[in-house]
Order: sequence, then C-alpha cells, then structure tokens
Amino acid sequence: MVGNIAEAEDLTQEAFLQLHRKIATFRGDSAFSTWLHRLAINVVLMQLRKKGLSLISLDEAMEPTPEEGPSRSFGAPDLTLTGAIDRLALERAVADLPAGYRLIFILHDVEGFEHNEIASMLDCSIGNSKSQLHKARLKLRDALRAQTQQEAQT
Amino acid sequence: MTSDPSKLSCAEFQAQLPDLIGSGVDASTHPHLQNCELCGSLLADLETIAEAARQLFPGVEPPDEVWEHIESAIKQKDEKSAGEPGLAPES
Repeated sequence: MVGNIAEAEDLTQEAFLQLHRKIATFRGDSAFSTWLHRLAINVVLMQLRKKGLSLISLDEAMEPTPEEGPSRSFGAPDLTLTGAIDRLALERAVADLPAGYRLIFILHDVEGFEHNEIASMLDCSIGNSKSQLHKARLKLRDALRAQTQQEAQT
Repeated sequence: MTSDPSKLSCAEFQAQLPDLIGSGVDASTHPHLQNCELCGSLLADLETIAEAARQLFPGVEPPDEVWEHIESAIKQKDEKSAGEPGLAPES
C-alpha cells in the first residue's frame, strides 16, 4: 500500500503498537478482523497524509479532479489488454495509482475484501467503494495500455 | 436515458458499470454488449485486471526482526507506563 518495504515494516510495527494500546476499546460491534484492518488502514492513511500532497488522500480520491480521474472509453477500441497481464507491469501501475484508489484496489482485488467490509473499514458508502474501485481499474487500464503502446512503438 | 438496456448509449452503460460489476451478476451478458465492441473490450480489460490482481504481492510476510521490534517496543511502553504515577494498572 505504501510501495516501500522498510516503510511497510515500520507501519506494521506502529499498527501492532496501536493494537496493544487500543485493544481494550474493541467492543465487538464488528468482526475483530475488520476492526484490526481498520486500525491498520488508519495507520497507513495517517502516514500517507503525513507524507504530504504528492499522494492523493482517500478523501480526495473520493472526489478526484477531472484530470486526475481515469478516462472513459468512448474512442475506438484500438488497443486491448489481451491475454495475461505482465505481473511486474501491473505492480508498477498499482504503485503509481493515487493512494486512495490504490487502497481500495488492494483491499478488494488483491486481498479479496467485499465492498461492505471496505465501506466499514474506510467509513464510506458501499456505492463509493464500488465507484472508486471501478475508477482504480480504469486508471490501471489506461496505464497498462499506454505501456503496451509504448512497447509497440519501440 | 432509455429504460431499454439494449438501447443504452456507451456513456449510460459505462455509468452503470461500477454497480453492474459490483452486483456480482455476469456483466458480459448485458444486452448493450451484444452490439458494442467498445464496451465489450472495456469490460474484458477490467475483468483481466481484476483477475491478474489476485496474483499480486504473493506471500509477503514481515521478517522476524519486525516481530522482535514490536515485542521490545511493547515491553518498553509497558515498563514506562508502570513507572508513571496514575498510569499503572489498578491492583
């Protein structure tokens, strides 16, 4: 989610320290795994916000500006992502996503959480989660198509 | 906006896509796709990306040092809390 192993390890430590500090506040309103994920995601979001505005925050990803949003597909289908996608190319494209899109894409498509679980973790509506996931996939498609096009020209 | 799904424009169909895909139904059977190569290829690409995502970041486990750091940080915090008046657990 942060695209850096050392930073991910620091955040893992911070998440467990927060867990140790806050475990007594868990009231069982949600599944423990959801609560723990929410806590860990808050640690990640705080870190992303601390790092400044080079990354779009989750709030901003909910309302991306037109130039930051993915393009819609009304042109000719000149280039499609046929066959298997190169894993490294996709990992690079995911790393380049704005933080909010990346978070929802990883939670849903990589880790397999359902939209209702993501909505609960991120305090957003299920519709919002679906919509942001869709925009994340569209942005990835744009990035992968651009890459394929570039490779075809060289 | 038309109520007949086969007469949707591409813009209308694509506006419905997030809900359609998120609902769990097979979006590829939507009537709009029977005559629209453009939206068909869009949907195929999005499904390919979602499928490929399952193979990403396999088996990433933090190294043992991370757990050791966590353990020692928790111990330090506990010792610090025990030493501070008013923060020690009630006996």
